[in-house]
Amino acid sequence: MGGEPRFDDQVVVVTGAARGQGRRHAVRFAELGADVVAIDLCDQVPTVGYPMSTPEDLAQTVAEVESLGRRCSAYRTDVRDLAALLEVARSVEEVHGRVDAIIANAGICITAPAWEMTDEEWDAVLDTNLTGVWNTVKAFVPLVVAPGRGGSVTLISSLAGLRGIRNAIGYISAKHALTGLMRSLANELAPYEIRVNSVNPTNVATPMLLNSNTYQRFNPDLEAPTVEDTIDGFSSLNLLPVPWVEPDDVSDAVLWLASEEGRYVTGAVLPVDAGGFVRT
Amino acid sequence: MSKVALITGAARGQGRSHAVRLARDGFDIVAVDLCAALETPKYAGASRADLDETEELVRAAGARIVTVVGDVRSSADMQRAVRDGVEVLGRLDVVVANAGIVSSAPLLEMTELQWREVVDINLTGVWRSVQAALPQLIEQGSGGSIVLISSIAGMRGFRNLTNYTAAKHGLGGLAAGLANELAEFGIRVNVVAPTNVPTDMILNPSAYRTFRPDLEAPTLEEAMSGFASINLLDTPWVSPEDISGAVAFLASDRSRFITGTTLPVDAGVFVRT
Repeated sequence: MGGEPRFDDQVVVVTGAARGQGRRHAVRFAELGADVVAIDLCDQVPTVGYPMSTPEDLAQTVAEVESLGRRCSAYRTDVRDLAALLEVARSVEEVHGRVDAIIANAGICITAPAWEMTDEEWDAVLDTNLTGVWNTVKAFVPLVVAPGRGGSVTLISSLAGLRGIRNAIGYISAKHALTGLMRSLANELAPYEIRVNSVNPTNVATPMLLNSNTYQRFNPDLEAPTVEDTIDGFSSLNLLPVPWVEPDDVSDAVLWLASEEGRYVTGAVLPVDAGGFVRT
Repeated sequence: MSKVALITGAARGQGRSHAVRLARDGFDIVAVDLCAALETPKYAGASRADLDETEELVRAAGARIVTVVGDVRSSADMQRAVRDGVEVLGRLDVVVANAGIVSSAPLLEMTELQWREVVDINLTGVWRSVQAALPQLIEQGSGGSIVLISSIAGMRGFRNLTNYTAAKHGLGGLAAGLANELAEFGIRVNVVAPTNVPTDMILNPSAYRTFRPDLEAPTLEEAMSGFASINLLDTPWVSPEDISGAVAFLASDRSRFITGTTLPVDAGVFVRT
C-alpha cells in the first residue's frame, strides 16, 4: 500500500457535477483513472436564493475530465425525478456497462427562520437533498450490484447532518436523514461487497456558500454585507481556525473512502468539518 | 528534514505495520514498546527481538528510526522517548497511540489487576503518551496529527471485556476534549476504530474462547465463525495494513480539516443490525 489510490477504468457517477464540490470529485477521480458520469440539473430551482449551475458549467466539467484522457458522460437531469434518473441509468449501462462508485453530491441550501420557511422551500430542499439521494442510489446501485465486483456509495452530507444550526431547518433535517439512509443501506448492500458511507463537510468554498444570500443571513443587521463581513460568522462553526474548507479537501475524503484503502470501511460518517462536530 | 511519527506498541502487530507504512510515506519513526509480558493478558508479550525486527523493516523502507523500550504507564518513559526521538530525528509531527492489551473475563471473575492493567495502558497510557509529546508539538509550532487507536469496542459493547470496552470508549472522550484544546495549535486529534485484526492479541486460545463461548477449547478454525459474526462485510477480520491505511490518511495533509472524529475500519460492525 502507499501512494495515490487508483481507479483505472472504473466508472464513477457524480451528481451535482457541474461545479463546486461535484466538479472537483469528478476531475479528481478522472485524474486517478476513472471514467465519469456527470449529472446536474443545470437550472434554477425556484426559492433557491443564489444562482444555480448552468449548462456551460457542466460542459466545463466534461472538458476537464476529457482533457485528462477519460470519458465523461454528461446528463442534464433533476435528481428529484426518479424516472429521469432511471432513464440515465439505462443509458449509462449502454455506454459504460457498469458503475463502481456513486457520489451522491447534488444538494441545495435554502435559508429562512424555521417558522417562516414555506412548504415550497421545505419540499425543494427535502426533495433534492434527501429524496434525490435515495433516487440516485435506487437508479444506480443495480449497476454496481450486477457485475458482482463490489463498489462503494458515498453520500455527501454536511456538518449540518450532525449538528443543528440556525435558519436552515429543511437542510438540516434532510442532511440528518442521510445518516439513517446511509446506515440502513450499509446493511442492505454489504452482501454485495458494496460499502456505503457519508462525508460531512463544514462550510465549503463553493457558490452554494459564497453568495450574497448567505452573507445576509449571517449579518442580518448589515446592508449588503460582503464575504469579509462574514468570515467571523463562518469561522465560528469551526474548531480549526478557518472559515471554510476547499472542495479538494472533501475530494480527499471521498477518494479515500472509495479507494482500496477504504475496503473495510462501511457505515461510517467521515466529517471534514474542521472540528465543528466536537466543538464546544 | 523528514516529518517524524512516534508510535507506541510498535514492536509487532498493528504498531509495526503503522511504522512501516508511515516510513514508506516519508516519515522517520520513533518506535516505542514495553517489550515485556504483562501480568494478566493470556497471550505472550512483545520482545526486544520484535522491536528489532520493526527497526529493520523501517530501515528497509528507507526511513530513520529510533527505538525506545518504555512503558506507556510511565510519564517519565514517554518523556524520554520523545526526548530521544527528537534528539536524533530533529522534530515530532505525528503521534500514533497504538499500545494496548486485552485481558478478558466475565465481570464477576475479573480481578482488580485485570481492570487496572487494561485501563492504565489502554486509556491512561494514551493520555500519558500524548501529554509527553505535546510540549514538543506546540513548541515546534507547525501543527501535527494525533491518532488514537481505539476499537469497535470503543463504539459498541462486547461481553467479558468491561475493562477493554470502558477504556476504549474513554478514548472517544479523550480525543474530543483534546481536539478542542489543540485546535488553536493546528494539532488534529482523531480516533481509528478497527474491528478484529489478526495479531497476537486475538490469535490466541483465550480470544478464541471469547468469540466462541459455546465451546470449551475452540481452535482458530472454530473461532473463525465467531470472528466473522460481528462483521457486516464478509470477513473474519481486517489486516494491520488496512488500519495503517486509515492512520496514514489521518496523519497526512489529505485530512488537514478532519479533527475530533472516529474513523471506523470495522467492516460495518458499528452499523450492523
